[in-house]
Amino acid sequence: MSVPCPVCDGPLALAADAVVSELIRCRECGSELEVASLDPPAVREAPAEEEDWGQ
Amino acid sequence: MRVGFLHSLIRLEEKMLLEEFARRGAEVVLLDDRALTFTLGQRAVDVDVIMERSINHSRALHALRLFESQGLVCVNSSAVATTCGDKLLTSVALEEHGVPQPEVRVAFTPESALAAIEAMGYPVVLKPAVGSWGRLLAKVNDRDAAEALLEHKTVLGSYHHSIFYIQRFVDKPGRDIRAFVIGDQCVAAIYRASSHWITNTARGGQATVCPVTDELARVAVAGARAVGGGVVALDLFETPGGLIVNEINYTMEFKNSVGPTGVDIPALIVDYVLRRGAGE
Repeated sequence: MSVPCPVCDGPLALAADAVVSELIRCRECGSELEVASLDPPAVREAPAEEEDWGQ
Repeated sequence: MRVGFLHSLIRLEEKMLLEEFARRGAEVVLLDDRALTFTLGQRAVDVDVIMERSINHSRALHALRLFESQGLVCVNSSAVATTCGDKLLTSVALEEHGVPQPEVRVAFTPESALAAIEAMGYPVVLKPAVGSWGRLLAKVNDRDAAEALLEHKTVLGSYHHSIFYIQRFVDKPGRDIRAFVIGDQCVAAIYRASSHWITNTARGGQATVCPVTDELARVAVAGARAVGGGVVALDLFETPGGLIVNEINYTMEFKNSVGPTGVDIPALIVDYVLRRGAGE
C-alpha cells in the first residue's frame, strides 16, 4: 500500500500490518503522520502535542 | 475474551500490545477516544475489560470513569488515573502510605509560593501538577528566578498553573530509575541517563538496564500500591538515604525499555489485563 505524504508529497509505503490511527513517520520529510484509513489507504498529519499528553 | 482498547494515536507501545493480544487470541475492540461517545446509563461497548492507552490524560480519566459506571473493569482504574495524573495527588498518596519521596510544598498564590520556596531553600523544582514528558518543569536556583517564574506562571499560565507544586531539587548521579510494576511485582527497570537534570527518554535520556534489587522492588511496589496498583511505571531517585519516588505514570511508555531489559513488558501487561478481564 502506497500513498503520498500530505506534507511533502513523497511516496509513503504503509506496512502490511498497519492499523488505523497508527502513528508513522515519513522517511522523505520526517513528518509525523497518522493512518487515517486502510481501504482506501490514506494518511493525514498527526495531531499536534497537547498539554495533557504523555506520561 | 473481549478487550476494549481505549486509544488515540496508536504508537509503538500500543502496536506491541495489540500484537500481543492477537497472539493470545483475544478479541480487541478498538475505542478511539476521538470518536467515542457515551450516553449515561447505557453501556458503550460489550467487552470483558478495558485497557486504557489514551495519550490524553483528560480523555483517559473521564472515559475510564464512564466505563466503570457501566460496570466494566478498567486497567488502570479511574482512581489510579486520577491520582497518577496529578503530581500533587500522587505526593499525597505517597505520604499517606509512608513511601519516601522528595520534600514537597504546595502553595496557591505567587506570594505564598515564594515564601515556601525560600523556606525550602534553593534549588527547587517547580512543576505543573498535571503534565508530563518533562514539559514546563523549572529548576529554580535563586530568588530572582523564582520571582520571574512565578510572575510568568501567574500572567501566562492556564488555570492549573495556579497550583504551585514545589519539590526539593534532588542532585541525581546523572541518572534516575524508571521501574515497571504490574500487579504486585516490579518486572523490570532502566536507568535513564542524561547530562541534563531532566532525564525523560522523551527528552533524550538514554536507557540502560537497571537491576531490580530487593530495595527497588520494595519501594516501587509500595509506590504502586499507594496510588491504587495496576500497571504503573515509577520514576525513582537514588539518594544517600535510599531510593525515593519522584513520579508515577499510569499509561506507561516502555518501547525504550524492552530492549535494554530483555523483559517482554507488553506480554506481561497483556497477561495482567486478561487476568483482570477473567475476574481475578
